[in-house]
Order: sequence, then structure tokens, then C-alpha cells
Amino acid sequence: MSMTSIGRLLSRGHYSAPPPLDLSHNIVLYLEGISVSFDGFKALNNLNLYIEAGELRCIIGPNGAGKTTMMDVITGKTRPDTGSAWFGQTIDLLALSEPEIAQAGIGRKFQKPTVFPNHTVFENLELALAGERSVWKVLFAKLSPSQIARIDQVLETVGLKDHRSTQAGSLSHGQKQWLEIGMMLVQEPKLMLVDEPVAGMTPQETEKTAELLVSLAGERSVVVVEHDMDFVRSIARTVTVLHEGSVLAEGSIDKVQNDPKVVEVYLGE
Amino acid sequence: MIIKTLSERFFATDRGSSIFFSLLLLVTVLVPTLNLATGEGSFLHIPNYSVALIGKYMCYAMLAIAVDLIWGYCGILSLGHTAFFALGGYAMGMYLMRQIGTRGVYADPILPDFMVFLNWKELPWFWHGMDHFWLAAIMIVLAPGLLAYVFGWFAFRSRVTGVYLSIITQALTYALLLAFFRNEMGFGGNNGLTDFKDILGFDLQAQSTRVALFIATAVALGLAYFTSRYVVRSRLGRVIEAVRDAESRTRFIGYKVESYKLWVWTFSAVLAGIAGALYVPQVGIINPGEFAPINSIEVVVWVAVGGRGTLYGAALGAVLVNYAKTYFTAALPEVWLYALGALFIGVTLFLPQGIVGLISQLARRRA
Ligand SMILES: Nc1ncnc2c1ncn2[C@@H]1O[C@H](COP(=O)(O)OP(=O)(O)O)[C@@H](O)[C@H]1O
Ligand SMILES: [Mg+2]
Repeated sequence: MSMTSIGRLLSRGHYSAPPPLDLSHNIVLYLEGISVSFDGFKALNNLNLYIEAGELRCIIGPNGAGKTTMMDVITGKTRPDTGSAWFGQTIDLLALSEPEIAQAGIGRKFQKPTVFPNHTVFENLELALAGERSVWKVLFAKLSPSQIARIDQVLETVGLKDHRSTQAGSLSHGQKQWLEIGMMLVQEPKLMLVDEPVAGMTPQETEKTAELLVSLAGERSVVVVEHDMDFVRSIARTVTVLHEGSVLAEGSIDKVQNDPKVVEVYLGE
Repeated sequence: MIIKTLSERFFATDRGSSIFFSLLLLVTVLVPTLNLATGEGSFLHIPNYSVALIGKYMCYAMLAIAVDLIWGYCGILSLGHTAFFALGGYAMGMYLMRQIGTRGVYADPILPDFMVFLNWKELPWFWHGMDHFWLAAIMIVLAPGLLAYVFGWFAFRSRVTGVYLSIITQALTYALLLAFFRNEMGFGGNNGLTDFKDILGFDLQAQSTRVALFIATAVALGLAYFTSRYVVRSRLGRVIEAVRDAESRTRFIGYKVESYKLWVWTFSAVLAGIAGALYVPQVGIINPGEFAPINSIEVVVWVAVGGRGTLYGAALGAVLVNYAKTYFTAALPEVWLYALGALFIGVTLFLPQGIVGLISQLARRRA
């Protein structure tokens, strides 16, 4: 075992709560000089990205551009080779484990929907619900009436009210997407990372998702990765184009769509 | 009123558990009654050896419940759980050894026979105080609990999972097997601890003591089931199932998966230890053979046969497979291991939910 892995082992041993989120400079997320390589292949290459508090940001880019890897870095799943990642002014994301990052206030919807298949829809939301995470407290935890009301409210929002007691594993693909969005909602995160939310959704569902994401921004920041340009156009104010692991262009949708570099990347593939 | 609420809360809400508790109650009342109140010649008489045998099955049922918690609910396939069972057993065995006193072959008031035989002059430090039942009781919980905690702390924090974890649990029990075989360890070497005389001042050979041990085991099994059921039906229970089904997803909603695994793992080891402690006075011996890796694998077979992830399935599997084992090892001893292997393969292929899964499937089909 190398010294760094021993260090990591030990550092995971003591869990000190991260400091509260400090948004005094109005920036919720700083990614600076992030590089990640897999067997020599650079999935992220000196990536710089800043997300404002309350912003709704869309990230687009061809397949393999590094969008999912970027989310992996933010949520602690992948450690970058270089660079820094800060949540607000005070929280160093690279020093935290996945659950600590989640507890600090970053929620994530995965590209491939992952819910707990043997739990009911309600139980999935119960588990994700903001609140107790320590073992002994969770052993004796009971849902308060207001927590149940919150879950029912989210069930309504994501249109799964009639599936409250359905096993999540038997939901359709689209419903799983919604459930995962619901799980992210009840976590009450300050920053939501949403990876390809409308894949496999009908046009109506897509429209509903767009509305929901727009309504969520403001009180929290939302970062959406998506391919669907119509969808992006319908929600985004600022768009970031990723290409080969770094930012190719950034700005309003019209500006980036007319950017010759972007045109080349998208038409060239 | 209170009784009704209590029983609804704890018993009547699921069929399997109410059947489990009813059967356990029946056995707890019937076996001692038929053993004590009927004569040897009576058709209804339950002989002493059957009382001990059923008591032993109940210890196994408790061990199976411990394995089901960690495997059926949390998805960690432990192939070393009899290590914890044996450690609890050794703690109890040490207490029972110290009760022998001058009644041993060498009549040494302090040293157990095997130490006199090895020419030891004084008691090793870890044997001190083990003549007190309260200390033994603490050690029964502490020895397996602490070992599980330390082992789990390293294993889970380095994110060892799946087959690798199963292999190191086998290694753990195998290492203990080798260690306890050594005379220098101070646990009686390959003979282990035996020739017990009494427990808490009561003669271990007396029928009344055996019946009392039987009832104590039944109560312990009931409590173990009750607490385990509370755990799996709590939110913590849902978290560990979530870990089993989608471990990394559980992390991303803020649960420190390692801590949850460590908690259930340690809890399960303690249950196994208590089962081992109750087992030893009923069978009259504890030796390093209990650490044998094959034993731990057998426990997994019991749970698979009964049906994992239900608790009562594990208990049922433990009793059924051991009943079969008792029969086979007497009638056709050389066949047993093959039968066990065939059973495991058969269940894995055809009954993934075990016997209780089959029963509920049949019940659903009929309804
Ligand atoms: N764990 C991994 N091991 C090796 N290569 C990976 C891994 N994860 C991602 N990659 C590679 O990194 C690149 C970026 O992937 P990804 O972030 O998933 O892209 P996007 O989400 O933008 O489609 C791809 O070429 C992918 O094959
Ligand atoms: Mg992707």
C-alpha cells in the first residue's frame, strides 16, 4: 500500500463536518486547471469552469468530451491529477469523500438512471431526504409529518404520486429518470448536477423537465448536461461547450451556436 | 390493548415472523415439559440428548440470522462468520474451565488441566478474571465484536468488496484456526476446552440445568430475531439494502457506506458470538475445529437453502440442513459433504429465494 493510499485511508477515518456553504462572492462552484487522465488519455484537460449562485447552466459537447467525468470530479467519484475544485469560498471538494460532498449540498442525477430497485418509490425518496445520515440516528429515525408531506409534494412534482408504493425496479425508464430527479430534489442541494435528464423521454416529458429545471434555478444552482439542442435552447441562458476535456466556448446559446470553432466540432464529427 | 398493539407491531405484521415466534414459543414450552414431565418409557418423552440437539439447532439458527443480516440484507458474503461464533464460544469455555477448579485431573485450584500438562506455572494474563461470569459475559460480546470492528474498519475503508472480501473472511477464520491449534496460544491447543463441570454453580450434567440452558437459548434466539428484525425494518435497514443494491448511489445521497457496513458487520459478529457462547455449555466442548473454513461455508448454505433476506428463512434453513446433517452423518457419513454441495448448487440454480421463497411463490399462485 502506498503512502498516499494510507493517507487517504486515515483521512477517511475522521469525519469532520465541512464548513457551511459561503456564497459571498456569488460563485457556487470553481473548477480550475482540472485534468484527469485514464491510462494516458486526457478525459479532462486543464478545465476551468465557474458557476454562479442561482444560475442555470447548460453544458454541451460531443460524446466523450468529458462532461460526465467533470461531474465525477465534482462529486468525489474521480480524483483529478491536477487542479482545484471549490464549492463556494470555503469547501475544498478535493478533500472530501462522496458522502461528505453530498452532505455539503451537491446533488446529482446520473446519466444512466440509478435508483434503488428493491425499494418502493416512497422509500427511495425517504432515503434521499435531507436530514440524518449518521448510523445510530438513522437506526431510530422516524419520518415526521412534515417530512412525509415533503415527500408527497415531490411525488406530485415528478408525477409519481400513483406509484408511491411501486417497487422502483419496475418503473419505466422515463419514470426512473423522474424518480432520480425527485431524489435529488428531496436532498435539498445547493448545487444540482443533472446528467442528460431527457434521454429516453417523450417530447411532453422533455418539456415538463425543462419547466422544472428552470423553476429550480434561482434558489439553487443547476448544471445540466444535454445533447438535445432544442432542449438546451428552451432552458439555458449560458451555455458552455466542452470539447476534448476543456472549454471550447461559453456564452449565450446564439453566440456559441455561431462560433466557428463550435460549428467545426459539431459538423466535423 | 397494549398487548394487541405490541403484537400487531411486532408479530402480526408479517406472516413469516409470526410463524417464527409461534413455533419458537411452542418449542420453548413443549420440549422442556415433555422432557421433565414425562417418563422415559412414555411415547411423548423427549430424551435429554434431543433437548441438547434442539438447543444446538437454535444456536445455529441464531448464527444463520447473523449471517443473513450481513449477506441477505447488506450483500456482504461472509465466509468467516464461525470465527465470531467460536470466539464467543471460547470466552464461555474459559469461564467454564475456571469453574472446574480442583475437580480437574490434576486438581490444580487455579490452572486448567491443559496448562498443568504443559508445565505452565501461572495463568496467562488473559485468563485472569475469567472465573467471573460477568467478565466472561463481557468478553463474549467484546472478543468477536472487537475483532469484527477492527477487521471491518480496514476492509470496508479500503473498499474491499465482493469475492475479495469473502476470501479474506475465509483467511481470517483460517488464521484463527491455525493460531488456536497452537498450545502456546493458551486455549488448550487442538483439544480445546472441555470437561466442564458447572455453570453459575449448577451442575452441567443435571437435567434441570440442561433445560434451563435450553430455555435461555430459546430466549436469546427470540431476542436476536426481534432486534435483527427491528434493525432491518428501520431506516438503517433500508440503507443497508440500498448499499447491497447500489452501493455507489448510496454514497452520492450522503451515506457513509463504510460506517453502515461496519455497524451491521459488528452487530452480526456479536450475535454470532452470543450464539457460540450458548452452544458451548450444551455440547460440552469448544475446539479449534469450530474455526474451520468449511463451517462458515456451511452457514452460508443454511441461509441460502432457507431463503436469504428474510431472517426467518435463515433460521429455517439452519434447522432443516442441520437436521439433515444429523441424519446423514449417522446413516451415510461419507455422503454428507456431497449432499451439502449438491444442495447448494441446487438451491442456487433452482431456488434463488430458498425454501421460503418457494413457499410464498406457491401461496401467491394459489391465491
Ligand atoms: N473510468 C474510465 N476509464 C477509462 N476511460 C474513461 C473512464 N471514464 C471516462 N473515460 C473516457 O473519458 C472520455 C470522457 O468520457 P465522459 O466524461 O463520459 O464523456 P461525456 O460524458 O462527455 O460523453 C471518454 O473518451 C471515455 O471513454
Ligand atoms: Mg456522459
